[in-house]
Amino acid sequence: MAQNGTSVSIQDLSLSFGVVTVLETLNLDVAEGEFIVLLGPSGCGKSTLLNCIAGLLDVSEGSIFIKGKNVTWEEPKDRGIGMVFQSYALYPQMTVEKNLSFGLRVAGTPKDEIAKRIARAAEILQIEPLLQRKPAALSGGQRQRVAIGRALVRDVDVFLFDEPLSNLDAKLRAELRVEIKLLHRKLQNTMIYVTHDQIEAMTLADRIAVMKGGVIQQLDAPQTIYNRPVNRFVAGFLGSPAMNFIDGQAETGATAAFKTGNVSIPLARYAFDAAGNSSGPCVFGIRPEHVALGEAANAMPFAIDAAVEIVEPMGSDTLVWTKLGGQNFSFRVEAEKTLRNGEPIRIGFDPARASLFDSQSGNRM
Amino acid sequence: MQKSWRHRFHLPAVIGTIPMILVALGVFVIGIGFSVLWSFTSSKLFPTYDFVGLAQYRRLWADNRWLVSVNNIWFFGLMSITCNMVFGYLLAVFMDQRIRQEDLFRSIFLYPFAMSLIVTGLVWQWALDPNLGLQEALRNWGWSSFSFAPLVSAETALYALVVAGIWQGSGVTMAILLAGLRGIDEDIWKAARVDGIPTWRTHVSIVAPMMKGAFATAFVLQCVGVVRVYDLVIAMTGGGPGIATSMPAVYVIQLITVRQNVGQGMAGATMMLLPVLIVLAFSGILLWRRNRLREAGA
Ligand SMILES: Nc1ncnc2c1ncn2[C@@H]1O[C@H](COP(=O)(O)OP(=O)(O)O)[C@@H](O)[C@H]1O
Ligand SMILES: [Mg+2]
Repeated sequence: MAQNGTSVSIQDLSLSFGVVTVLETLNLDVAEGEFIVLLGPSGCGKSTLLNCIAGLLDVSEGSIFIKGKNVTWEEPKDRGIGMVFQSYALYPQMTVEKNLSFGLRVAGTPKDEIAKRIARAAEILQIEPLLQRKPAALSGGQRQRVAIGRALVRDVDVFLFDEPLSNLDAKLRAELRVEIKLLHRKLQNTMIYVTHDQIEAMTLADRIAVMKGGVIQQLDAPQTIYNRPVNRFVAGFLGSPAMNFIDGQAETGATAAFKTGNVSIPLARYAFDAAGNSSGPCVFGIRPEHVALGEAANAMPFAIDAAVEIVEPMGSDTLVWTKLGGQNFSFRVEAEKTLRNGEPIRIGFDPARASLFDSQSGNRM
Repeated sequence: MQKSWRHRFHLPAVIGTIPMILVALGVFVIGIGFSVLWSFTSSKLFPTYDFVGLAQYRRLWADNRWLVSVNNIWFFGLMSITCNMVFGYLLAVFMDQRIRQEDLFRSIFLYPFAMSLIVTGLVWQWALDPNLGLQEALRNWGWSSFSFAPLVSAETALYALVVAGIWQGSGVTMAILLAGLRGIDEDIWKAARVDGIPTWRTHVSIVAPMMKGAFATAFVLQCVGVVRVYDLVIAMTGGGPGIATSMPAVYVIQLITVRQNVGQGMAGATMMLLPVLIVLAFSGILLWRRNRLREAGA
């Protein structure tokens, strides 16, 4: 990926609707050619942030730079952005071709140039056979492809996507996800992509910005966010099935350990954050796929006896529920493994792969 | 068969709508039937069954008063419908800016529609009466040479009717078109802004075409109002000065009640029905074709 220089820079951005403050002194730098995903639950301000970047909302404070140019008060069309919406937002009375060309014709682009750009977009997105159809005669996936095409013909530096796949069924969503990834590889444009779907975020992003309540909680590569979430919210939001959380006490010192009930998990191998090495009430988090079973469990730094409570086969693998220190605990095994309810088992994991969060602040320790 | 019939028509619903069905059948079908029937007779004060073929129609179309009426309604219809649509749309766009006190404005705009056309007509008649209204008021305030009396001149009376019609009708058009505007996905507006399309162009090329349904509804309402325009004319001008603002409905009622010529009056009424039937048939065909296309497409 060609990452030279900053493409989009958001500085101390604040936005309020009347008395409701949605974004507060938000900062974000997006490198050129980078694929950034804004991930967060509904209503956390992702679309608001994207609309600010697009110039569709007037910011209350702060500034936005695109390609080094201050565009805070520029019209959307002058920002060098293209945008794709969840509802496609195609012009329903126009054919696909007209949808693609309308903005260019209004801008007075020469006819042969328009034709060239449409041909290129149609080829990249494989919508050539659809050019003379109206949007109503297209499937959801085709409509979204046309909507991407409309951004494509604008020949812009930055693509903005607002939940472009959320209106599609699961199969199409997976297909188009791959196509968007290929498109990014081909175009090498900067892309800012809003979603509440963690799979989309994990698969597409160079970096994910996890948002909550208008604040970016963590901005990092997908693997870092997945493996070293900075707080309990991020840890719980990513991962399906979700991370196990066990309430208990941290004890530091020579034999650092996490204690809950009569279970003690050694923390000698856990890499504490510099500031976080303290004792007190905390939450121990471990992902279901990091738990081993049987012989493999005994090889782990921590292992314990348990009993199967519920088995949930999911096709590709199976989720097994049990109890650890009296609290619900799940782990994944291969689909071939047959476990009966109540069967005694031995489970184990490496505390180095766990996450420890302060009970009060929820921050990583 | 029996089951599907029962499935489609619930007994209580059928019983509940029977009075309505009877009224509709009685008033519309039977009433219209007799109108058409009598238009082929030589009925004078009372209906008779002395059939004279198309004689009444020939006399109708030879009557200058009828020809003036037909001309007037075309002029009145085209002017008031066009202006109503344009004003209604502009008002709707204005209301859609999320202005404060939207409810107040909507009430103001809709108020004329809530009034009977007789009241509307009387209000305008007073306002335009040279001895009572605007002209007198301005003269009393010292502008003694001011002259504004559109209703007493054959050239301007029809324009005054058009203005009153617009005043009365654009509020409803606004309400219908506003509902249409509100139904348009906000993302469409955003997409057009990103595309750099000016607001007026977005209205003309994207939004208005999306509001076909709302426009059609408003248009049909306006047409119905125009075809049966009667009370407004009676209240404002009585069809005068002379026959300058006569309309088909006014003409027909006068033929029946004053000139005691039921046969020719019914011929006029039948002629008024004709364009409505044509429009209905046309839209019916359009709808049928669209349904067939959809079925073929699905
Ligand atoms: N026009 C508006 N007026 C008032 N509040 C708004 C407006 N648009 C969005 N909000 C509020 O801002 C918050 C963030 O909205 P949004 O950015 O759409 O969330 P997301 O896209 O993450 O689901 C929500 O709480 C929403 O209620
Ligand atoms: Mg959103």
